[in-house]
Amino acid sequence: MEILQLGAKFGIYAVMATVLVFALGVVTLRNLFHCALCLAAALIGTAGIYVALQAEFLAGVQILLYVGGVITLVVFAIMLTEHLAGKTLRQNNSQSLPALVGLAGFAALLIRLILKTPWPVTGTALKATAPVMELGRALMGTYVFPFEVISIVLIAALIGTVVIAKKDDPEGQL
Amino acid sequence: MIPLQHILIFTVFLFAIGLYGALVRRNIIGILISIELMVNAANINLIAFSKYTSLAPETGQIFALFVIALAATAAAVGLAIVLALYRIRKTVQADEVHLLKW
Repeated sequence: MEILQLGAKFGIYAVMATVLVFALGVVTLRNLFHCALCLAAALIGTAGIYVALQAEFLAGVQILLYVGGVITLVVFAIMLTEHLAGKTLRQNNSQSLPALVGLAGFAALLIRLILKTPWPVTGTALKATAPVMELGRALMGTYVFPFEVISIVLIAALIGTVVIAKKDDPEGQL
Repeated sequence: MIPLQHILIFTVFLFAIGLYGALVRRNIIGILISIELMVNAANINLIAFSKYTSLAPETGQIFALFVIALAATAAAVGLAIVLALYRIRKTVQADEVHLLKW
């Protein structure tokens, strides 16, 4: 039992390290298509972390919506815009160093804050679980108004996307 | 379970990496991908807090669901804008698009 728990612990840390490595790949690789594949791997790793935090439904949603939907969209956009992929374009602007310095400070500040704050972690909270049934009940009860708003936002985004991306008629200028 | 602080520090790094990409990338699609990473880090935080500190864990999970849905719509609209821009200007580099700059 001890061995199993130790293994699970190291498994979580290994998944975290993998996600960080793939995230670094997302922001540093030169070929955008490789970036998209790295993003897919990082998102699948995130789904693994959700499973470790006992949010199995969220892990499923993550894989279906992100890895299935968003990555497909991104890959399509890359393929439609990247016939210049043959040329090796400079992918980064010249702000790398200031960005790195600023972000190092930002991360240091946040980590200091995280370590100093007494988080109210309690045993009862750790034991509480959220089965999918409870999720659905809360979605249809307490959170029914945000749920409706989200559906309106989705419809608006769908129509807006089609309107923006459709071809202009030949007489149209621009 | 691993301590809450370790998860939070991990998400700080993930967020910082995403922010670095959003600041430094020239390609607009690259910027959008980096923004997805940042949203993802925030989502892990929501789930972690709902697991470790909340008596009703479904609250954080529902917020994470909403965040995922909004991130998907943001990606769809952003990529549509990128496609329209590419059709008009034949470029996807953010620093070559200065229509609104004078």
